[in-house]
Amino acid sequence: MPGHFQPLPGGGATVALDEVEISIIRSLAVQLLELIGPGPAEDEAADPLAELFAEGPSEPPSDPVLKRLFPDAYSDPEGEPSSAAEAEAEERRAYSSEFRRFTENDLRAGKRDNALAVVRTLDRLKAVRGSAVLELTPEESRQWLTALNDLRLAIGARLEIADEEDADLLYHLSDEDPRKPMVMAYLWLGGLQETLVNTLLP
Amino acid sequence: MGRVTAAAPLEIEKTESAEETFAVPEPDLPWVTIVHNDPVNLMSYVTYVFQSYFGYSKDKATKLMLDVHHKGRAVVSSGSREEMERDVQAMHGYGLWATLQQDRK
Repeated sequence: MPGHFQPLPGGGATVALDEVEISIIRSLAVQLLELIGPGPAEDEAADPLAELFAEGPSEPPSDPVLKRLFPDAYSDPEGEPSSAAEAEAEERRAYSSEFRRFTENDLRAGKRDNALAVVRTLDRLKAVRGSAVLELTPEESRQWLTALNDLRLAIGARLEIADEEDADLLYHLSDEDPRKPMVMAYLWLGGLQETLVNTLLP
Repeated sequence: MGRVTAAAPLEIEKTESAEETFAVPEPDLPWVTIVHNDPVNLMSYVTYVFQSYFGYSKDKATKLMLDVHHKGRAVVSSGSREEMERDVQAMHGYGLWATLQQDRK
């Protein structure tokens, strides 16, 4: 069935994709790679140890997609703002910033690897009469699963989906709405992810 | 990524009285990892993450996922601060919105 992953006997998953679908997923994955950015070592090829000792940023990213992909670890989304809580909020910001310095580079590298796995597996496809059958190993399935989730988080942040109501509204957009193509891609990726996760659940 | 959180005095020569030296530190409250609701993440995916990362049973993973969905958040693990930072980092790797805090309740 098009747009639906099926389990492969012996592990892994398979899906039939046409050329348009391949090009949409590939292009979204490349955009995500560009947004996440190169690793620190790619800037300083002279010193292979640089990456080991490079510290990540201490401030949250300003881009809404990156902010969602790399959230503050010590924030309290339900905390009521009050003067008494101000000192505590300050402490949370300091802890979040320290956490970020020690984890964000690794997290970026992991997300980059997953998006790259998507691009590489698509690039080895040979389309016959406009479509191809993608076959993933169990490890590639897991990378695809997380990458599909990151892509949906990225589109969700761009579409400003903040709660369930926002998500429901997307189903009722008019055909003229400029968000429509992005919403179609978002829902389609959701179907791909849903069927892929079902192949991985025991 | 260890942090010194113990209240043990490191500079003993500066201690002014025996009472301070033997002051009972605050009991070590456990830390917890909290996963917050997110309209983008699929329920099946969140359940999958709880099963595959924490090794929880399907029933336990599903219950936690439903708590996140209906109550807006759920405590998914508890332990030392270092362990919870590891769990939060893993959740962020999966794309789940997670935070850690000391369990005060």
